[in-house]
Amino acid sequence: MLTITRYVLIDLLRNRSVAVYTLVLALLSVSLLSLEGGSGKALLSLLNITLLFVPVITTLFATIYFFNSLEFIELLLSQPVKRTRVLLAVYTGMAFSLSVAFVAGVGLPLLLLAPALPSLILIFTGVVLSCIFSAIALLVFVLTKDKTRGIGAAIVVALFFTLLFDGLLMMLIYAFSDYPVDKALIALMTFNPVDLARVLMLLQLDAAVLMGYSGALFKKFLGTPAGSIYAAASLVCWVLIPLLLGVKVFRKKDL
Amino acid sequence: MIGIEKLTKTFGRFKALDNISLQLEKGQVVSLLGPNGSGKTTLIKSILGLTIPEKGQITIHGKPVGKDVRYRAGIGYMPQIGRYPDNMSIEQVIHMIKDVRKEQADYDDTLYTGFGLHAIRHKKMRTLSGGTRQKVSACLAFLFKPDIYILDEPTAGLDPVSSELLKEKMAAESARGKLVLITSHVLSDLDGLTSHVIYLQDGRLVFHESVEYLETVTGENKLNKIIAAIMQAPKLLPC
Repeated sequence: MLTITRYVLIDLLRNRSVAVYTLVLALLSVSLLSLEGGSGKALLSLLNITLLFVPVITTLFATIYFFNSLEFIELLLSQPVKRTRVLLAVYTGMAFSLSVAFVAGVGLPLLLLAPALPSLILIFTGVVLSCIFSAIALLVFVLTKDKTRGIGAAIVVALFFTLLFDGLLMMLIYAFSDYPVDKALIALMTFNPVDLARVLMLLQLDAAVLMGYSGALFKKFLGTPAGSIYAAASLVCWVLIPLLLGVKVFRKKDL
Repeated sequence: MIGIEKLTKTFGRFKALDNISLQLEKGQVVSLLGPNGSGKTTLIKSILGLTIPEKGQITIHGKPVGKDVRYRAGIGYMPQIGRYPDNMSIEQVIHMIKDVRKEQADYDDTLYTGFGLHAIRHKKMRTLSGGTRQKVSACLAFLFKPDIYILDEPTAGLDPVSSELLKEKMAAESARGKLVLITSHVLSDLDGLTSHVIYLQDGRLVFHESVEYLETVTGENKLNKIIAAIMQAPKLLPC
């Protein structure tokens, strides 16, 4: 498997889109950090950028790349290798190179200009989101028949998790405003990796107070070690479940 | 070498392959012909395990094609469209496939040198023309000295010199007792090379005969004339 991953990396690390993505992230990080001087505010802005950019760009880029590699994947599968191995190798290459892009673009400026625990958590968040949305892109690739539909589905999925989900959540909260929905909210948030990542990060910034009662509740639950472990475990599930589902479908897929 | 028994495959309501049974032996050069959408590529992909048949069985060297992927070590496949990772060089692509087939270290690089790929081995795949990519595909199919060659439209897009070189290579391999399975729309390219013809239409097998037999039945000696004669008078063949 690592043989194939190595060559996928050779290709991806020289990809122009990955380079541009890294550069844009680096520019944003450096300018924000030097403007706000490594304060909580700068981290908050960077967090918002991460939570919007990483899911959207990762999902779109990975889906397009997977579809462009379809013929090459077919050629690889005509060799004596298992399907699972090829798919996981391609995924690993994608998740790794996008994580590297994030660490180089956001991580390095953070470590140089604001070396503290919240910065580390933000880097972790970005890397995990890269892995999650690469896995979701893989699932989209495996489930859709052609490139056009695949890219369409990728856009819908990315927008759903970054924008739509929160809108629906707000509607829900508003509709049930007479009831105590806080606990249900934590459960619902598990269904959106972007929200999980946001809360995990906000708790580190003492910005939880800004979120009112639910913020206090989040702090009470997710601020405890058990809560943090719960959020982190949920994020890991968000990598594993789409990945395993993708492998399962791909094993029986007609190419 | 390749045995296909009652192979059926449908995509939704569309029957891509309908109850196909075939037996292909070594030393044959088999031309797989038929109009667009007749099931040629589906048949090839079924042999390679890329599409999964609904009914029927494919055996290679008597062993059924299924979960065990090792049978593919004996097959060299050249796809119709060769697309490779943009930023890899020719050399890297070839090294990659060699690494994937690590157990087979005995290489046949006549096509690699014959096509002059060694001179441009540092060029990125993105910068190559369609024809050059075809050459890389051909070179990969022949690299591991397999027993079975499956070539999907091998000469489409190749210049006359390279096309001739590839045909010579196919003839040499079949003389060595290998099985060559080709699909092509350029029938004149297959003249003198083909020993058997399989004709598919709408997923059904129309005929599978040797070229000598077809020549005596139709009185023609060019492949495109033979096919045209049979299409005009299907009664020439017993099936």
